[in-house]
Amino acid sequence: MVANNQNILGHSETPPSRGGGVGIISYGAGNIFSLTAALERLGIAYGMIYNEEDFEQYDRYIIPGVGHAGAAMHKLEQTGLIPKIKSLTKPVLGICVGMQLLTSYSEEGDSKLLNLFPIRTLRFKDSPDYKVPHTGWNTIFPEKESPLFENIPSGSHFYFVHSYFIEYDTAYTLSSTNYNSQFSASIWRDNFYGVQFHPEKSGKYGETLLTNFSKI
Amino acid sequence: MLAKRIIPCLDVKDGRTVKGVNFVDLRDAGDPVELAWNYSRQGADELVFLDITATHERRKTMVELVKSVARQINIPFTIGGGINEIADADALLNAGADKISINSAAVRNPAFIDELAKAFGVQFVVVAVDTKSIGDKNIVHLNGGRIPTEKETLDWILEAESRGAGEILLTSMNHDGTKNGFDNGLLKLVNDAVHIPVIASGGAGSVQHFVDVFEKTNVDATLAASVFHYGEILIPDLKEILRQNNIEVRTIAE
Repeated sequence: MVANNQNILGHSETPPSRGGGVGIISYGAGNIFSLTAALERLGIAYGMIYNEEDFEQYDRYIIPGVGHAGAAMHKLEQTGLIPKIKSLTKPVLGICVGMQLLTSYSEEGDSKLLNLFPIRTLRFKDSPDYKVPHTGWNTIFPEKESPLFENIPSGSHFYFVHSYFIEYDTAYTLSSTNYNSQFSASIWRDNFYGVQFHPEKSGKYGETLLTNFSKI
Repeated sequence: MLAKRIIPCLDVKDGRTVKGVNFVDLRDAGDPVELAWNYSRQGADELVFLDITATHERRKTMVELVKSVARQINIPFTIGGGINEIADADALLNAGADKISINSAAVRNPAFIDELAKAFGVQFVVVAVDTKSIGDKNIVHLNGGRIPTEKETLDWILEAESRGAGEILLTSMNHDGTKNGFDNGLLKLVNDAVHIPVIASGGAGSVQHFVDVFEKTNVDATLAASVFHYGEILIPDLKEILRQNNIEVRTIAE
């Protein structure tokens, strides 16, 4: 993770002063170069979180994640940060597998997850008309008012790449997308947010979403 | 609704963009990062960089290119060319590449697909297949269509899928560089047979060719190079025509 370390050094040595700063929870699940590059382009201060004390430095947090949800959960457990994460009251954004970790369970590896949202992560059913992974730009439809989707029109395209999805739930689904069936493109409960798509790869609207999160 | 993707392909050598007409005559078409940035502004949905650098420094050159792209571009991109081992893929992933594309390395060692999928997930692994017809058969070729293999194209694609390819980039060498349209017959055959996304490549010459390939084959994406590089087709115009033909495409922010 050489590329990441370069960013870490550049930022953790000068922690942002109050009123800004995203702490990215580091637990070894996937690459975050594109995410940190997007934050840099947008002028959003960030740094890495390795242990409990690091949380204090930031006003909000991102849980990144790519790959296998079960494996990601195992890595997160090894950091010992789970009780702290569950107790957070500042805004938290899970991205892709980082969002799936917030749910109770994933069919991927038959894994128990953080259960911050009592809903499940399921695999897309094989179907001739709907290829898996769900890859590419799909439209999202906000189901509720939220500062996360400010200035993002209903029906905007975001970039998805995933084989597992979070089930649709009227209580927790913040925006929905249709692929074979309706699923949660994003979820929201109190200070916890999750997005299945990759805002750092979703063009201007993805950047708008990251900027919105930095102001929540 | 999931949008059909338009993907410009940039061939890169020693950090500069080149385009081969039938992969032989190379013409310099500029700085890859600047070109990539322009394409993303025009509404390209994704980019593919094929690195044809043939020096010992290649991995370093590719990593530098990938980092520069990832710093400045806000859409996904794939990098291909000379990825032969897990360490190559790992370096590119950590530099910000969303996917890697493998071609001859997979043909020579099909288990490489399994290894990559296991290490990084299927969504990271694009298997590029160059195909050319020999008699009435479609045969996988290597080295830009110069070297035939013993593999039949559809058989190989199905094997690649079962081993963990997350996407297929299919280039018809009979069509590539001709500007006479995509190989819709083969693309339909392949697209109907697999359960992973298929990117059509080779033969794009007009906007109608893009309409045809999406309507006739239902592939997920189209890739082209020279028609975009030399401004013969502008992406906003292309998307407008696709939209008029009821083909779902992404609308970009103002």
